[in-house]
Amino acid sequence: MNPALLFRQMIANRKARAGMIIFGLFAVVSLVGPWLVQDPTAFTAVPHQPPSWDNWFGTTGQGQDVFAQTIVGTRVTLAVGCATGFLVVLLGAVVGGIAGYLGGRTDNLLSLLINVFLVMPGLPLMVVLAAWLPPGPMTILSVLVLTGWAWNARVLRAQTLSLAQRDFVLAAKVSGESTLRIVTAEILPNMLSLMTSSFIGATIYAIGAQVGLEFLGLGDISKVTWGTNLYWASNDSALLLGSWWTFVPTGVCIALLGFGLTLINFGVDEIANPQLATESRWVRKLKSRATADGSTPVVEGGVK
Amino acid sequence: MNRSVEYLLRRLGFYALAAWVAITLNFLIPRMMPGDPAQIMFARFKGEMSPAAIAALRETFGITDAPIWQQYFTYLRHLLSGDLGVSVSNFPEPVVSVIATGLSWSIFLAGSALIISFLVGTSLGALAAWRRGGLLDSITPPLLALLGAFPYFWMAMLALFIFGFGLGWFPLWHAYPEGTSPGLNLPFLLGALYHAALPAATMVIASLGGWMLAMRNTMVGILGSDYITYARARGLAPRRVLIRYAARNALLPNITGFGMALGFVLGGALLTEIIFSYPGQGYLLIQAVRAQDYPLMQGLFLTITLAVLGANWLVDIVTLMLDPRTRR
Repeated sequence: MNPALLFRQMIANRKARAGMIIFGLFAVVSLVGPWLVQDPTAFTAVPHQPPSWDNWFGTTGQGQDVFAQTIVGTRVTLAVGCATGFLVVLLGAVVGGIAGYLGGRTDNLLSLLINVFLVMPGLPLMVVLAAWLPPGPMTILSVLVLTGWAWNARVLRAQTLSLAQRDFVLAAKVSGESTLRIVTAEILPNMLSLMTSSFIGATIYAIGAQVGLEFLGLGDISKVTWGTNLYWASNDSALLLGSWWTFVPTGVCIALLGFGLTLINFGVDEIANPQLATESRWVRKLKSRATADGSTPVVEGGVK
Repeated sequence: MNRSVEYLLRRLGFYALAAWVAITLNFLIPRMMPGDPAQIMFARFKGEMSPAAIAALRETFGITDAPIWQQYFTYLRHLLSGDLGVSVSNFPEPVVSVIATGLSWSIFLAGSALIISFLVGTSLGALAAWRRGGLLDSITPPLLALLGAFPYFWMAMLALFIFGFGLGWFPLWHAYPEGTSPGLNLPFLLGALYHAALPAATMVIASLGGWMLAMRNTMVGILGSDYITYARARGLAPRRVLIRYAARNALLPNITGFGMALGFVLGGALLTEIIFSYPGQGYLLIQAVRAQDYPLMQGLFLTITLAVLGANWLVDIVTLMLDPRTRR
């Protein structure tokens, strides 16, 4: 499967299309949003004000506009999330691919490394690393890549291992194709959908972990991101003062973005595994209930 | 039996390797950073601590001018004798005793949340698979997917805001009520349960879905197998088929997941404790971060990692006892 074909199929798939629209909205906001709203760090209004016409999402404990902060925060959060997702999958594909394709002693050694990183609890390691490095988006990015690559390496190793045993790869080997060609022309195209869903999964993980680390105060607190917005909300004791509007919009945005990405992933899964599409039980269930409500079936519960 | 001892020893070897990697990372991280680690570590305390105290700290932490391999062995020797250095923010209390105060609270909170969510989640998953396409099976997955989209700590914040602050049903912070003294007395024990209820509930809700889906999927596979059809055809009571025949076998992969979940739960518990100001490891960790107390931070990282590794080994033993196939 080539990337263009996968993309066309994603547009044709309902779930993936809905997810891509949600993701696209956030991407547009992150690109042009910062020019459309006021300065998110300016102290413009009375602190701790609930949503009003002047400040749609209210104001923070320091009198900043929450709406502007939410819009501007999208850019760094989304950029770091996507970049981390990409690097995590790249590293995972390189390590997992080498382990799965070469096998033998290399595989044993790399698998051991992958398992060691998998069994170590990620969050404490992230905290220690982020605390030592100078605060900023680049620190968050490298910390997340270092602690997050192992899971993808494991998944992609398993896939490479199974592909490397298939007949068409063996045939390519016998016909004298070079290793580089086998990897790029025979194996990689068959891993495209898996890598796409790995990338989306890794991006969801990266956004959550990044916001979590920044919430703990491990990011650059002078930058406006979703994580630092939550950090300041908790720092200004939003909970005790009842100013829910300082943390609800950011949380809803994260959830919405995560939901959109999950939808894309459902779509990609259906494309890669067509059985899933015909088997979508929820939809059928909902449809059957809709008709059951409309007309009373004669033999209610008669069978089974 | 011989095979299983061999298997457990091999797993132990793996965890020992992982522990060694964690210990070495703990040693290397400060030394790989730009600048002098001791400078970073003690910069904030230059004015507050005497040069002699700083020199003593450098000594215990092994940051000296000696060659790096010598520092490494000094560090290992201190570690093996249970010396993690001195907490900078609680000077001069040693890191080990600071960590010990929070450990039991963390184990209590995360442990009870993990057990409750495992029991409830697997039961619900088994029921969902049993009544496939039923109400439970069709409503919970999308609901849990929706809940799962929110960051966990944000949900915990919202729960604290609604049930603690707004409705006043639950206490806002700490692990036991003021005025009770820790020990075996009823007011303290009840108070501790009351204080743990909301944080534990948020952890249970956040992790329930994983258990449920995993259990449901293995159950669906098992319910389709021949011996279940045979058990049904024999006319055994459905409850007996569900519990003794299907659920019992479907539990196995879930118990393996238990070990993996431990890491996540302990990680999640860090955030829970921070939001609910619950005096466990996570709360200590965030205090260490805010006070730039690097020795305490690294001590916590090591303790949590070793706890997770040890728990994973326990899970290996349990799996071995429950699943005869691993014994052969």
